[in-house]
Amino acid sequence: MNLLRALCRLAAALVLAGGLAACASIPPGAGSTPVDPLEVYNRHMFDFNDRVDRAVLKPVAQAYEAVVPKDLRVCVNNAFLNLLEPVNAINNLLQGKPLTAITDICRFAVNTTMGLLGCFDIATTGGLAPRSNEDFGQTLGRWGVLPGPYFVLPFLGPSTIRDTFGRLFDFLGTDPIWYIEDIPVRNSLVGARLVDTRASLLPAEKVLEAAALDKYQFVRDAYLQLRRNLVYDGNPPRLKDPDEEDSDDTPPAKSPDSPAPVADQPLPAQPR
Amino acid sequence: MSYRTIVTSLAIAALIGGGLAHGQAVQAQGTAAASVSAPDALVKSLSEDVLASIRKDPTLQSGDVARLNALVDEKILPHVNFEKMTRLAVGRSWRDASAEQRQALTREFRSLLVRTYAGAVSTAKDYQVQMKPFRAEPAETDVTVRTQAVPARGEPIQLDYRLEKTSAGWKIYDVNVLGVWLVENYRNTFTGEISRGGIDGLIKSLVDRNKALESKTS
Repeated sequence: MNLLRALCRLAAALVLAGGLAACASIPPGAGSTPVDPLEVYNRHMFDFNDRVDRAVLKPVAQAYEAVVPKDLRVCVNNAFLNLLEPVNAINNLLQGKPLTAITDICRFAVNTTMGLLGCFDIATTGGLAPRSNEDFGQTLGRWGVLPGPYFVLPFLGPSTIRDTFGRLFDFLGTDPIWYIEDIPVRNSLVGARLVDTRASLLPAEKVLEAAALDKYQFVRDAYLQLRRNLVYDGNPPRLKDPDEEDSDDTPPAKSPDSPAPVADQPLPAQPR
Repeated sequence: MSYRTIVTSLAIAALIGGGLAHGQAVQAQGTAAASVSAPDALVKSLSEDVLASIRKDPTLQSGDVARLNALVDEKILPHVNFEKMTRLAVGRSWRDASAEQRQALTREFRSLLVRTYAGAVSTAKDYQVQMKPFRAEPAETDVTVRTQAVPARGEPIQLDYRLEKTSAGWKIYDVNVLGVWLVENYRNTFTGEISRGGIDGLIKSLVDRNKALESKTS
């Protein structure tokens, strides 16, 4: 785990340099939002991740974007997503969607061979269903496991308690990259994938910087909604709007918190 | 799968902007018919119209806020209920707000959204909008229209709209990008601002934010 060791050393250096605790600004009332009882810890970790990102990952991703032509970047991105097709298949199977799992495997076979190691997504072009996006956290959600508190992971970013377990399972069990036995090759691929991912987020980041009054909160709430949407494969049941101002006569002073946006429930039926 | 999750969450952020931009942007030379037609037809014509405007206007693509505002006023505004959007994001405190405060909130929130989109408009031109199957009873007055934005290469982006039927036709009041509803995403932030500084505190935060964005772009 050279990569991890290097990251740890880097983290230690950054903590010493920056004074981790001193840096995040914690607003009054932190931790009172139902979905985020760990807000104080989370804000510190978010801040820490942000510094690591600005010091290392983001500059590398920007350089990658500046140097490598767009077509090649799309190819690399496709190839990494293609590597995850088996993960999609396993999780679709675990979620009781065998037909989708078969499609995932077909996609993987077609794109890995005729699509030149996944560089081209000819499965979609050729009319197969588009790529699914599954992981074990979603599988747990589908089985009825609630997400639990929001939880920011060191280096990896937004998560929940459930998704942290899910990610651990992905990491230990299904993510093909970690099965590569040649350690330098594996670590290079892991690093390249990280840069690829980060680079694909650069445009979104600009919007985020503009849109968010409080970046931490904005990312958190988007993450929670996003995961809920993924668990339900794009069709989550609608949450009650707290738009009760004409019908609801309870005093407004109470209830500073809106309903938790993460009330996943076990799926009654397959939406498609 | 940290990889995918992070990517998607970032994409969201990017698209919240873009999504709204489309969401609101619609109905260009829109015929009067659009305002009474079915909600999915409205979303379709609006999306196509706005995208067409972006594609043929390099100034708009460069993120020019004044030009974008003009586009919003002309095409999108007639079909978006910004006040409802703001009211839902503010939540319960809305009824404590005076008429002036409500106006200020709506104005500043709208301005923030437009500025946010300004940063995403340049990427929007590479997308095509596809409608997803739409089912609604004729009597329904509140519907969700599902679409996706498909890039020339790469993954499609889920883009949904909530519309309410009013006497003036269907009005969009919320936009969903990749599963993230805009209004819901602002609600906690707004609630927090109000609990710390009251409604005026939230207005001030929005004003400050808009000023900061303005000085950055000009």
